[in-house]
Amino acid sequence: MRSSALGVAATGPSVLLQDLGRPGLAHLGVPRAGALDAPAAALARRLVGGAADDAVLEVLLGGLEVVLEADPGSGAWVAVTGAPCPVAVDGRAAPHGRAVWVPAGSRLVLGRPTTGLRCYLAVDGGLPVAEVLGSRSSDTLAGIGPAPVRVGDRLPVGVRRGEPGRAEVPPARATGPLRLHPGPRAEWCEDPLAALTGRTWSVGADSDRVGLRLHGEPLVRRRTEELPSEGMVLGAVQVPPDGRPVVFLADHPPTGGYPVVAVVEEADLWRCAQLRPGEQVGFTRAR
Amino acid sequence: MVDVRVLPVGPRAVLLEVADVASALALAAHCRAASWASEVVPAARTVLLDGLAVPPDRVAAALTTWTPEGPTAAPGGLVELPVVLDGEDLPDVARLWDCTRVEVRATLTTTTFTSAFCGFAPGFAYLSGLPADRAVPRLPSPRPRVPAGSVALAGEWAGVYPTASPGGWRLVGRTDATLWDADRDPPALLTPGTRVRFVEV
Repeated sequence: MRSSALGVAATGPSVLLQDLGRPGLAHLGVPRAGALDAPAAALARRLVGGAADDAVLEVLLGGLEVVLEADPGSGAWVAVTGAPCPVAVDGRAAPHGRAVWVPAGSRLVLGRPTTGLRCYLAVDGGLPVAEVLGSRSSDTLAGIGPAPVRVGDRLPVGVRRGEPGRAEVPPARATGPLRLHPGPRAEWCEDPLAALTGRTWSVGADSDRVGLRLHGEPLVRRRTEELPSEGMVLGAVQVPPDGRPVVFLADHPPTGGYPVVAVVEEADLWRCAQLRPGEQVGFTRAR
Repeated sequence: MVDVRVLPVGPRAVLLEVADVASALALAAHCRAASWASEVVPAARTVLLDGLAVPPDRVAAALTTWTPEGPTAAPGGLVELPVVLDGEDLPDVARLWDCTRVEVRATLTTTTFTSAFCGFAPGFAYLSGLPADRAVPRLPSPRPRVPAGSVALAGEWAGVYPTASPGGWRLVGRTDATLWDADRDPPALLTPGTRVRFVEV
């Protein structure tokens, strides 16, 4: 029996290995990383019967083609979740959000999502590449963890540990404003919660795994001196001198020197992974 | 007793603000021992408690009477970093310090620094030890790329860039030392508490 692998035949703009990331190392300057749309990644793992900390592929705007290299007659369960995209196995349409059987030698293709940005591909035995500091996540800020997936890569597939999970009807994915909690440096801006919740914001094209960059009428800084660098949390809404807020996502720097005026509710952060440049988004106060 | 400001950071974190870095480091040690949070991140004036295991108001109540228990840690090991002090911003630092470049280099090589905390990037240590009157402002606009191994100053701190990155610190020199190696344990060369001396080569 030879070891199974995904042979990478094509990638779109970005394909990254992600798991639960490296929480707990911020005091060493190590970003947390991990899947940006964490609920979608967790759903993909459950659908194939994988473990909670299995690595999955985070695929930005589709374009991924992989061939399952495995013993003839064998195969693997896979699942694609997150942004809705066309899925095909050897040219035949396969469902999104369900476990799909891929026979050895077959080609799996993820097309461009119709809405959203990031799809997640889980394979039943996980993708056991080498861990770095306890995680298989690619961190795009500091470059810790596996390199971005490239054409020609052969990603090892682990041994299947169980049967695919039951098909799930995922809860409807909420829309509407992102919920905001108070932040530590609210007094550094003119009534920042009122300003954030009272306007519509547009997602900047420079948004990435580090942060969702928002364009709109800037917040007014009340204090302009340097803030000594301090620890940052996931979902922190940071206001640089230009007044345009940035929502910190998984690859955010562990410390930062711009004031944090609010924090996005953790349960809403997956949406920041799926908002496209130019899309409008609003905020509301968390209850 | 030390005055600790407790600032809200969403439902699962708090930021504790104190007067100076010594208090922040002592407070961080206290918070780790108390197991209040999964992540304790000390910085120049603050300690972030992220992933709180207890309600924020319980942390606030427990800290109303907190007093640092004297020196919490024995001095750490000494690391001598071989450096060439020829950084682009050395003339500016000399101007800001109102002295000659030779005097800047002498100050940097006769100071014993201490790694106070890490942050900004993996293995980037904030090195304390310069007198308060040697503080320098950051560059008005950060460089898009600072080479790995750059020795630099900002505020009251010295630091060495472990990897190439954008940066707004003033460059005074460079070292060949490997500041960060994910396969080493610990990966950071200048872990908090480590004493550091710059040795010109």
